[in-house]
Amino acid sequence: MSSQATTQPQPRRYLAYARRSLLVSIWFAILTFPIIVIRANTITGTITWRWHNIGWIVGGTFVGSWIWRYFLERKRAGAAATMGPLRQRLAASRAIVAQAVRRPAVARGGIAALLLLVVAFPFVGGMYQTNIMTTALLYVVLGLGLNIIIGLGGMLHIGYIAFYALGAYSYALLNFHFGLNFWLALPVGALVGGLFSLAIGIPVLRLRGDYLAIVTLAFAEITRLVLENWSSLTFGTAGIRNIPRPAIAGIRLTLPQTTTFVYFIMILMVALTIFVVNRLENSRIGRQFVAMKEDFIACQAMGVNIARTKLAALGLGGMWAGLAGVVFAARTTFINPASFTVWESIIVLCTVVLGGMGSIPGVITGALVLILVPEYLRAFAQFRMLLFGAVLVTMMVFRPGGLIQKRRRAYTISAQEKQVAGEIGDPGIQG
Amino acid sequence: MVLDVRGLTMDFGGLRAVDHVDLQVNEGEIVALIGPNGAGKTTFFNCVTGMYVPTAGTVTIARPGTDARQITRMRPHLITAQGLARTFQNIRLFSEMTVLENVMIGRDCRLSAGILGAIVRNRKTVAEEKQVVLDSYAMLEMVGIGRWANETAKNLPYGAQRRLEIARALATEPFLLLLDEPAAGMNPQETRDLVALIRRLRTDHHLSIFLIEHDMSLVMTLSERIYVMDYGKLIAVGDPGEVRRDPSVIKAYLGEDVSA
Ligand SMILES: Nc1ncnc2c1ncn2[C@@H]1O[C@H](COP(=O)(O)OP(=O)(O)OP(=O)(O)O)[C@@H](O)[C@H]1O
Ligand SMILES: [Mg+2]
Repeated sequence: MSSQATTQPQPRRYLAYARRSLLVSIWFAILTFPIIVIRANTITGTITWRWHNIGWIVGGTFVGSWIWRYFLERKRAGAAATMGPLRQRLAASRAIVAQAVRRPAVARGGIAALLLLVVAFPFVGGMYQTNIMTTALLYVVLGLGLNIIIGLGGMLHIGYIAFYALGAYSYALLNFHFGLNFWLALPVGALVGGLFSLAIGIPVLRLRGDYLAIVTLAFAEITRLVLENWSSLTFGTAGIRNIPRPAIAGIRLTLPQTTTFVYFIMILMVALTIFVVNRLENSRIGRQFVAMKEDFIACQAMGVNIARTKLAALGLGGMWAGLAGVVFAARTTFINPASFTVWESIIVLCTVVLGGMGSIPGVITGALVLILVPEYLRAFAQFRMLLFGAVLVTMMVFRPGGLIQKRRRAYTISAQEKQVAGEIGDPGIQG
Repeated sequence: MVLDVRGLTMDFGGLRAVDHVDLQVNEGEIVALIGPNGAGKTTFFNCVTGMYVPTAGTVTIARPGTDARQITRMRPHLITAQGLARTFQNIRLFSEMTVLENVMIGRDCRLSAGILGAIVRNRKTVAEEKQVVLDSYAMLEMVGIGRWANETAKNLPYGAQRRLEIARALATEPFLLLLDEPAAGMNPQETRDLVALIRRLRTDHHLSIFLIEHDMSLVMTLSERIYVMDYGKLIAVGDPGEVRRDPSVIKAYLGEDVSA
């Protein structure tokens, strides 16, 4: 229908949308009829017919479907061709902003403002806000870690939360049995997360795509079940209580102080994660990751050791989850297997996909949006899943690369260097 | 001799795609492998480069001036590190990466930077990265697509994509270059440029070249020796003149017995 629809004159095309939308809305009305129209009162034994509801359903679906079709068609026709005056202005202003950001003075000002905001946040926002933000920051670290595996390495990993759990349990158990403190637990947690990620990586080296997804999903569930059932070690579903909060050399902090302290720990951890991931991305290993994701056969043929590259991505990704897990345990002071369900894995996966695979600002945005928006929209709590689904479907259709898409880095080669290279090549031959 | 293949056989279930093939490439030679569609040419390449594990036979290579070594059943990335590089019949670029980055991946097997180096960026890593950019750019200039260095690979015109594949293969520092239908889809002008490029690679860079090609005029003008394959078997070997006159070759291509 696409090729036909684009060549049709405008009114005809809109009529075609309308007809299809009408069919969709009628179908939807039939589907939802039992729950929307009929209400059975089991106490009085009466049935109320709420016919007016059908009007809302038909009308709503019709308008929704029409708008959907309209945008889908525009997307097919190509954004540039149909760029209206509003979008043009938007693009122009975006270019101005991009140019301004590139100016060092503006960039420095921006960073200073961001820093101020970050530092002031716990003092202005209060304990409740700080707590929410700390949760969001945990997901930022998880998202960036998983991004190494999915966004860079191209491996669809759905069991990521298992390493988070292992990090959390490492701290909780080592502290319980041996009194290991929080600071020492951080590297231990990272190590445990990384090593377990490698350990499950080795048997699944040959798997790709859906198969890898299923195996990693199973791994996460197995981890949770082991944590639940190996009661002698993990205390089972009862979990572990009274995990010490982070502290500095014996100074006793009040609860609000600790909250602020943990917030700053997370800020530092996010900064460290961004720093490391950014460096990895712009290096030999980062290139290997992306090439492997793009075409692993060509990558192998060009001399890259795929097995080692995959394991590097898995190990590095797992480390961040373990690290975040330690902070999680220290912050909540209580952990049990219920905190580490597959649902959590899916949320982390969504932050990466929604934000933009392989893009650091994208993943940060994705994590902040996905964690903060539901917190502030508590009123809509019952529709949370519905909204979540709708947003993801819309994103996949209209912006499959995520909110902030990854741009490849451009290298600058000086004129002098170009000349040297040119002498090697033959100027007579042009592509 | 830079490449020596003996009795190479590859079975896919019941199908014998390559059947006891013996084939040699000498130092500095341009050798072609031709044959009808489905003859097993690409499969032969895949066996030599380690993408497939052959059912039987041996593959031996020797970088000029060094001892021969067996590479049968070696993993592909190790074979590439030994000095064999290839291009693909159906272009396999890293399409979302830039042109330069594609070539940088080709350099990868000559680099030594590790993960720790990437994070701390010690002087050695920084220097190596800088060198990679320059070397890769030089490769692009060599095949004539330097001006597209920062373009996304998938946006390149078709002929330039084929050139990029060659540049990426050259970046691995091979002594033997295997080209799988390098002229496929090119117009006559692009094909002429390609012939010049291949000749230049041989004379200026002392490469031996082994190519699969369907474009007969290219094969006949370029190659010194031609191997002809049909249904997995070698049916003829010789210089272009001999092969052109060989009745079994004519039969394989025309599908009838003209010698009778
Ligand atoms: N991975 C595989 N699994 C099963 N059969 C295969 C595989 N690869 C190739 N074949 C079969 O082996 C035979 C030889 O294929 P190959 O691709 O080597 O031919 P070719 O000579 O390169 O042909 P063309 O000129 O069309 O590229 C064909 O019959 C093909 O179907
Ligand atoms: Mg082929």
